[in-house]
Amino acid sequence: MKKTFHIYFLVALFFGTFTGFAKTITVCSSCSIKTIQEGIAQASEGDTVLVKKGIYKEINITIDKSLVLLGENLPTIDGEDKGEIIKIVADNVTVDGFKIINVGTSYTEDYAAVRVIKKDGFLIQNLQLEKLFFGIYLEKSNNGKVLNNKIKGDAVNEYNSGNGIQLWYCKNIEVQGNTVENVRDGIYLEFSDNILISHNYSKNNLRYGLHFMFSDHDVYEYNIFENNGAGVAVMFSKFVDMNHNIFKENWGTAAFGLLLKEINDSKITNNVFQENTVGINVEGSNRIEYSHNDFISNGWAIKVRGACYTNSYVQNNFMYNSFDISYNSGMNDNVFNRNYWSNYAGYDLDKNGVGDVPYRPVKLFSYIVNRTPEAIIMLRSLFIDIIDFSEKVSPVFTPDNLVDEHPKMRKINHDRS
Amino acid sequence: MLKILKYSFYDLMRSRWSYVYFLFYLLLGVVLLFLNNDLSKAVITLMNVIIILVPLIGTIFGVMYYYNSREFTELLLAQPVKRSSIFLGQYFGVATSLSMSLVIGLGMPFIFYGIFNSSAIWDFSLLLITGAFLTFIFTALAFVIALSNENRIKGFGYAILLWLFMAVIYDGIFLMSLLYFEEYPLDKFSLLATMLNPIDLSRVMILLKLDISALLGYTGAVFQKFFGTSFGLLLSSAMLIVWVLVPTFFIWRIAKQKDF
Repeated sequence: MKKTFHIYFLVALFFGTFTGFAKTITVCSSCSIKTIQEGIAQASEGDTVLVKKGIYKEINITIDKSLVLLGENLPTIDGEDKGEIIKIVADNVTVDGFKIINVGTSYTEDYAAVRVIKKDGFLIQNLQLEKLFFGIYLEKSNNGKVLNNKIKGDAVNEYNSGNGIQLWYCKNIEVQGNTVENVRDGIYLEFSDNILISHNYSKNNLRYGLHFMFSDHDVYEYNIFENNGAGVAVMFSKFVDMNHNIFKENWGTAAFGLLLKEINDSKITNNVFQENTVGINVEGSNRIEYSHNDFISNGWAIKVRGACYTNSYVQNNFMYNSFDISYNSGMNDNVFNRNYWSNYAGYDLDKNGVGDVPYRPVKLFSYIVNRTPEAIIMLRSLFIDIIDFSEKVSPVFTPDNLVDEHPKMRKINHDRS
Repeated sequence: MLKILKYSFYDLMRSRWSYVYFLFYLLLGVVLLFLNNDLSKAVITLMNVIIILVPLIGTIFGVMYYYNSREFTELLLAQPVKRSSIFLGQYFGVATSLSMSLVIGLGMPFIFYGIFNSSAIWDFSLLLITGAFLTFIFTALAFVIALSNENRIKGFGYAILLWLFMAVIYDGIFLMSLLYFEEYPLDKFSLLATMLNPIDLSRVMILLKLDISALLGYTGAVFQKFFGTSFGLLLSSAMLIVWVLVPTFFIWRIAKQKDF
């Protein structure tokens, strides 16, 4: 008898949530509710506010209850450059399927298209943001998701443009499948831990494709960073896992594929660095594992600036780079092993696929260029080839223990499944 | 002058050396294209060849031709022909046939390979044009050396020394001075030093089309700004033309005053 009662109760509860409690409030230009803000005001916890196709000129839409704000056929919210557009100040809010344009630009406040303030469990997806200042701004918010948004800015100057997706003091957030272009920093993280950034496409941004500060235990994988002003910068963080990303065509006088500054205990695996002025610029980073990466046609594949200890470079492909490795000191505490170097000229008599002569990836010329940058104009001169050769035979200026003892004879085919 | 040019040219076209030179380039082109199927990479290898080998061959061949055709030159001098046209005709004959061997020898395999459908076509044409310029420059310098030295051994010695200086020693001095004066701003100096050596100038012109990503970095921007613009390209080409004209002028002057 008691058991049946329980079942009745459960069934009632189940139907109740669908019919009785959660209702759908429709907003459209011909409905009784004409603005999104009014729709939210009419709704109660757990409701869905369905917004039909149309243009809504609203700013400061504040979502203060846990509800779903759903756009049908991509309705447009036009901020008319006046200020912030959607502000989420409740837990468990979903914002889905809007086109948000004309976010206001300010020099005193960071206006965003969507801002989440100190709340949990949000889901922001399928938004198209255009003409924006800041895109999606998460502050002190945890356990949320930012999925499949398209952000396209029109940034010209760094001082009056904002970031595509910004995380500030956040934890456990997934940022996936977003496309960010033409903003200042594509994705920006500060003091944010346990973040997953994957399958994003960040290109043509003014400064960095991805910018990372003081954020630990984060993973970023399967992203593409292309033609950003200065590539990707990862600074002052530890336990960062970077894998399966593509860094390409970050060109310019101060551009690099990836900038590592004060990064410790991290992993950089299975990435592709292609046609960057500098593939990876490393400064003060320790205990990093670089393996199974491809460095193709970069100016410098890896530029080691100093204070980098106990890093290991294993099983990477270095192909057609003007300089493979550049070091600015005579000391080396890093390990290079079993990489493939397209510049390797040794032989393999026992046919085991490993060259019999060690390879020295640092050329004397790269040392000279470090000291006197103007000397770059001598690149590929016969004289340079001669001194490089003599340095290779008896190293004087470059660290003499910096060798790959087991250079591969053939390009390594990485297993990237 | 045209008649003598034509004579020298046909004479060389019939000679074995032109064919060897032509076949060498043909072979080089074919081997490069068949060994690595990457067109851009083949162009880089070619650059090394053009920058080192073309001046060497131009120098040696120029000196050799002058000394070998000395009897014929003396015969011509007895005729009522202007001196300048004899020597300039010979010079242009040699230089033209050498550059033709280079351009056709390298061009043919690349055309069959399909360079016209490739984006590397401009790099490649720049390569050939620079090669032709280097031939003209170094043949002219070789003629100047040969004209001012009766002694063949001495003439050959100076010619080789000239090549060695331009290809290797100059860069050595250049690099030493860069390192010695590293405290000073060196952009202008290095630009000037590059402009003054035709081998360096050609190398940088080709490099900016190839290894652009490395050169773009940091101070490289200055060079990119200079050589990358049409003004820089114009000035570099003008410099190469000056490098042809000045030795040609010397050929003309020495030939006029020389006792035979």
